[in-house]
Amino acid sequence: MTARTSFAVLALAGGALILLAAPASAERLVTTLSTSRVQVTSNFVGTDVVLFGSVERDAQTVARRGGYDIVVTVSGPRETVTTFRKDRVFGIWVNADSRTFIKAPSYLTVLANRQINDIADMNTLRRTQTGLARTLLPQDIGGDIADSIRDDPFRQAFLRLKIDRSLYRETQNGVTFLTSALFRAAIPIPDNVPTGTYEVEIKLFADGALLSRATTAFEIVKVGFEQLVANSARDHGLFYGLVTTLVALLTGWAASVAFRRD
Amino acid sequence: MQIYLPIAELPVNVLMILFMGLAVGFISGMFGIGGGFLMTPLLIFVGISPAVAVASVASHIAASSFSGAISYWRRRALDPALASILLMGGLTGTTAGVLLFTLLRALGQLDLTIGVSYLFLLGGVGIMMIVESMRAIARSRAGKPAEIRRPGSHIWIHGLPLKMRFKTSKIYVSVIPICVIGFIIGFIGAIMGIGGGFLLVPALIYLIRVPTGVVIGTSMVLTLVTMAYATVMHAATNHLVDAVLALILMIGGVIGAQFGARAGQRFSSEQLRLLLGVLVLAVGLRFAFDLVVQPTELYTIRSTEETQ
Repeated sequence: MTARTSFAVLALAGGALILLAAPASAERLVTTLSTSRVQVTSNFVGTDVVLFGSVERDAQTVARRGGYDIVVTVSGPRETVTTFRKDRVFGIWVNADSRTFIKAPSYLTVLANRQINDIADMNTLRRTQTGLARTLLPQDIGGDIADSIRDDPFRQAFLRLKIDRSLYRETQNGVTFLTSALFRAAIPIPDNVPTGTYEVEIKLFADGALLSRATTAFEIVKVGFEQLVANSARDHGLFYGLVTTLVALLTGWAASVAFRRD
Repeated sequence: MQIYLPIAELPVNVLMILFMGLAVGFISGMFGIGGGFLMTPLLIFVGISPAVAVASVASHIAASSFSGAISYWRRRALDPALASILLMGGLTGTTAGVLLFTLLRALGQLDLTIGVSYLFLLGGVGIMMIVESMRAIARSRAGKPAEIRRPGSHIWIHGLPLKMRFKTSKIYVSVIPICVIGFIIGFIGAIMGIGGGFLLVPALIYLIRVPTGVVIGTSMVLTLVTMAYATVMHAATNHLVDAVLALILMIGGVIGAQFGARAGQRFSSEQLRLLLGVLVLAVGLRFAFDLVVQPTELYTIRSTEETQ
């Protein structure tokens, strides 16, 4: 099934839903992904997952003067991450201070069709957690869990390091409108991506207000030899260690046979 | 040619890792050492996390010391009784080392500990080796005979109780210092990802008076068993052994060692010791550089718990 036909099917299904649900807001989002499953193999160098979407309107919908804005937020599996800061202690640089971020997304990409700050005002953006800078990153502060303030150096360092590793990103022109209602976004998947379920949230804005949201998801899995190695290392550590040692001994023995000089 | 390392979780160039294995194998063959003290730092310098580097290099050292131990065993150039006493200490030390490794990792101080340990150990050993080999070279230039240490001379170690006779080595010595040496080598080996041959061989010669004919073979047995055990322990407790990385290193390492051994025969032993000392010191200084110079990025992040 090509992307175009699958899109058409989904569009029909979405249209049927609109009729059944009789929505309060006039616009609806219908989206589909180019794949629901990304396979990480030994020669994986990264890929793109393409999102197609359409803004469905019914007959009574008023025309939006400013046109539509789309923000796509993709978040990977959650993980608890400690950010360490080095300080000079007795002349050497050591990890002196740390903050722990609870259930932070391991991967976070925000794609929009233009500058996010122009799409809506700050309050709306903050309330809808739109944009990297406004994503909640709760910290564990002495047993209490609270969101960090935005200019907290640990939070900024965390974002910066994630961006450096291509795991977090915000792209202003990541969403392209093909027609006034049809859009496309390429979600970049870097080669160091963690495996798990990736939530995709699509928000539709017009004239600075959030009109509608839709969610979908895809999955990233390690396949083949990599998956076998990673899974057995995690689930059967002792057995994995014994096999690795056995392979090491076999390699050593093979070398001593192959290079025997007497 | 890129390959994805499943535990280190990053793609690396296979040829680069293979070449590193070959280069370190060459050096280890040339000097008759395991090469862990070079392999672990190299992996850290190319971006593999110190924890994964230490755990994965253990299996690489097990492979290279096994091929070495086999050839010494064929020539009967090792002392099984001495090796088993060393191992009693060695396995205990490895267990303690892996436990401390796990604890330091939880505290976020593992990388620092690895860096500082490398700095002091390699810096100290490197300087000692350079000074000692320069003196030996100066002596041979001056035409004096090499200084011979009398194996009969007694030091305090020979006054310790629990003495035991080792037939192959023809020594009669307390098992306490042997166990302690085994423990120390196993302990630092598990934390630093080194076999410890470059420490063990001089310790056995100078402290226990083991004859040079059996010392390398015996030391390889200890390295082999402690590193095989460390691999299993690291895999079972920290899940950090990258088998794909280890396999590429092993293949490069065992091949490189064969060529290194041939190249090593062209140098005198004083020159070899001087070269090795310079190399050891250089790696130590590289760690010092990282510790002392202000890093461009003061922050690091580490995932402590995955919740899918």
